[in-house]
Amino acid sequence: MTGAEVLLEALKRQGVEVIFGHPGGAIMPVYDALYRRRDLRHVLVRHEQGAGHAATGYARASGRVGVAMATSGPGALNLVTALADAMMDATPVVAITGQVPTGVVGTDAFQEADVTGVTMPITKHNYLVTDVNDLPRVVAEAFHIAATGRPGPVLIDLPKDVQNAEFAGTFPETVDLPGYKPVWKGHPRQIKKALEALRGAERPVLLVGGGAQGAAGPIRRFVEKSGIPAIGTLQGLGVIAADDPRYLGMPGMHGTYAANQAIHEADLILGIGLRFDDRVTGDLSRFAPRLRTLIHVNIDPAEIGKVLEAQIPLVGDAAWVAERLAEGAEPLRIEEWWQRIRAWQKAHPLRIPERAELQSQEVIRAFGEATGGEAVVVTGVGQHQMFAAQFYPVKRPRSFLTSGGLGTMGFGLPAAIGAQVARPDATVVLFDGDGSFQMTLQELATVAKYKLPVKIVILNNGFLGMVRQWQDLFYDDRYSEVYLADSNPDFVRLAEAYGIPAVRVEERAALEAAVERILASPGPVLADFRVVPEEGVFPMIPAGGSAEEMILEPPKEVKR
Amino acid sequence: MKRHLVSVLVQDHPRVLTRITSMFARRGFNIDSLAVGRTHLPGVSRISFVVYGDDRTIEQVEKQLNRLIEVLKVVDHDGPRLERELALVKVRVDGIEERLELKEIAEAFRARIVDVARTALTFEVSGHPAKIDRFIEELAHYGVLETMRTGALGMDRGERVLRLKARKEAV
Repeated sequence: MTGAEVLLEALKRQGVEVIFGHPGGAIMPVYDALYRRRDLRHVLVRHEQGAGHAATGYARASGRVGVAMATSGPGALNLVTALADAMMDATPVVAITGQVPTGVVGTDAFQEADVTGVTMPITKHNYLVTDVNDLPRVVAEAFHIAATGRPGPVLIDLPKDVQNAEFAGTFPETVDLPGYKPVWKGHPRQIKKALEALRGAERPVLLVGGGAQGAAGPIRRFVEKSGIPAIGTLQGLGVIAADDPRYLGMPGMHGTYAANQAIHEADLILGIGLRFDDRVTGDLSRFAPRLRTLIHVNIDPAEIGKVLEAQIPLVGDAAWVAERLAEGAEPLRIEEWWQRIRAWQKAHPLRIPERAELQSQEVIRAFGEATGGEAVVVTGVGQHQMFAAQFYPVKRPRSFLTSGGLGTMGFGLPAAIGAQVARPDATVVLFDGDGSFQMTLQELATVAKYKLPVKIVILNNGFLGMVRQWQDLFYDDRYSEVYLADSNPDFVRLAEAYGIPAVRVEERAALEAAVERILASPGPVLADFRVVPEEGVFPMIPAGGSAEEMILEPPKEVKR
Repeated sequence: MKRHLVSVLVQDHPRVLTRITSMFARRGFNIDSLAVGRTHLPGVSRISFVVYGDDRTIEQVEKQLNRLIEVLKVVDHDGPRLERELALVKVRVDGIEERLELKEIAEAFRARIVDVARTALTFEVSGHPAKIDRFIEELAHYGVLETMRTGALGMDRGERVLRLKARKEAV
């Protein structure tokens, strides 16, 4: 067996079914072995960044480890953004990169880059394999590290001579990492304390984040039993169904009024699987000023106490802890608190402004209604992403895939590809902006090649809308380099050039029928929705602000 | 801002030191000194470093170190501890009188003369880093030509032992 064959065998033993990748010189032995191995599917992307995000989309939609592959140097470096993205949003991904032969490593050989050096701060761990006999152990460790504890990306850099070397080792049965022992079970004493604190709380709220995506069952049972007001961060959408009466929406910069007010007035926050990112907290010194007890549940001890002091720290797996909380929960007597919350909800619900032109929010709402909130939604980054978070009624966990921590424009299309590969029978809807979409649009070829029935919805406002919104609010309307409409391609003809059916929708009157047709289509569709050019995402808490400074409505008339 | 001496046991793998220093730089932790060496345990190295910070910073330093896969154990020596640093100091010397003065200073600090030249003397001195600071200050008047310090090494006094038995709680 050669190193390349060992690699594929080791991947197979990890249960890998599909690899997203792009070949090149230094990874050719692996691609040659792949050619002869029919039980591993390979999805060919058109840019390695696409492979990285596709692996991420696959991982997030399925809960399994996504695998990306690239050649050395430029190929591997093109994975960098996707790895950083997976690291920030704690997504289990294993990346395999070719490397120049060990004999020339360090000599500036053709297509050489210090990939383990470059990716060190943006991976959970990485390996440079110099002995073929280490390879099965390294692959087993990489998958174990990627998938357990706080998940994250792991990179394996594999020099070409190691891929060709003859294997004389064995495949290990177990993984032995003496320095890596994630705490799975929360401490019983802390769980008891948490339940006691909940009983005594007058104004409790539950906040769930991306780490709770695998814990939706017990968390929903806990919410049901306790009747606690529940809030989901951008990565936590779908953990609690959007139509649950106890669900208040998203917190933070573009969160709902009710969710932010509830946090602002809360005396107890139970946070599960989130890290209190600055887009959630705003100014830390003014965040949740009436808070007496923070119960912070996270499997990564370093997240607890990093930005907010936790009175009850609880290190452990979200599902394990939530199961115990659900068992021990009692109905909370918080009628008065609920009355206040209901009043906030009633006073300032999310609303869509009255405009003559079609708006992104209406398009998203229409897809939400037509799919019953059951689609796997993927987004790019920008205004459309926030509109999708606000207006798509996510019903299920692992079905709102978006780049949160890193905010990677161009995440959408490749992540949607990964999600559709992971869940071939699911309706995958990509909401993307015209700016964000153009960062990775070459993956239309991948959609076409594999006939992936992704519904690509471009909310085309002809602007880098989120930047424009900030220029509007904080830079005195100086629209510096945000205008795209004069040079955007004709997205319909672009899609058609790839053999993907496409449609343009400009009128509100055509919306409903178009959405129905798009969803009914068996294959991929691209829809170019022409939406109002200058719209803002509201409510908004300016960066570094607090819930008291929430801007509820656009501050002035939309200009023409 | 308290001064802390932290010891880390790590797997002796390539780049493990880079992982640690890169994490310090990225997280904005300010490291005053750093020393690395093998231990009596096969495949295990020990790193000690001095860091200034409040309790919260030190807690983050420990937790972020524990996140690294190859880190086996982290200890902040916050009780009675031994702390030692070794330094070589080369000083300009001019005439017999200066030579005698320098010898006296060296004795006071238990420093040894390890190299002698016509216009230069080299001392070897060990002890608490603060003592080495004072020694170098004393020599400043004569003209310090070169210094090289190892960084502080640390160990708990008494029977407390930095062992690998206890499994760390980390991700």
